[in-house]
Amino acid sequence: MTEVRRSVLVKASADHAFKVFTEKFVTWWPASHHIGKAKLRDVVVEPREGGRWYEIGTDGAECEWGEVKAWEPPSRLLLAWHLDGDWDYDPDPARASEVEITFASEGDGTRVELVHRGFERHFTKPERVREGVGGDGGWGGILLGFADAFV
Amino acid sequence: MAFAALGDPTRREIFTLLAARPRAVGEIAAELPVSRPAVSQHLKVLKEARLVRVEAEGTRRRYSVDHVGVAAMRDYLDDVWGQALANFAAVVEEA
Repeated sequence: MTEVRRSVLVKASADHAFKVFTEKFVTWWPASHHIGKAKLRDVVVEPREGGRWYEIGTDGAECEWGEVKAWEPPSRLLLAWHLDGDWDYDPDPARASEVEITFASEGDGTRVELVHRGFERHFTKPERVREGVGGDGGWGGILLGFADAFV
Repeated sequence: MAFAALGDPTRREIFTLLAARPRAVGEIAAELPVSRPAVSQHLKVLKEARLVRVEAEGTRRRYSVDHVGVAAMRDYLDDVWGQALANFAAVVEEA
């Protein structure tokens, strides 16, 4: 309940799957889900640890989504999601959730598993993080941002 | 709508407090720089969004996180990634 976990089996090598996930993000990401004013033109995942993760609108404006925390092609990618509850970029890593994607061989294909966790970090005020995380419903903040941007 | 209800910073504070443990209106007001009537108003919005529920305990009313609303929010995100990964699989298998 405290995380989103999704998995898909694709008929392709891990290498190809990793490339499509990172280099062609915009080709599969639901196009209506973006934060800039203009329509979505591209989503960039910079190919290195510490790289940027951002969208580019048709007006050329760049909007940050987060940061690359681990770059381990073709098996693992860890992204920090820095958009806070007001759908603003929050540079503080303590207030970012994370999306971990793993690519593992399965039969003649690749199992791609995605876990989005740590929502409570966006949601809680910094001074309340510990209290909020300790509670049984302390997560959940990022979602309002998702809604504002996605609906 | 749960998302809109949490767009207000004070309501997020209130929700965070209730996520830690259930509280009465007075207890919430004591933690925040807002009046009791203002807290009540915020609680009403949170309650309508099903993020918070109230239970009577004798003459006291205690507020706590309503997991119906919270679960709905999580499910929303789950749908977004589900849709994204379905598209992803299709693109991966194109070539």
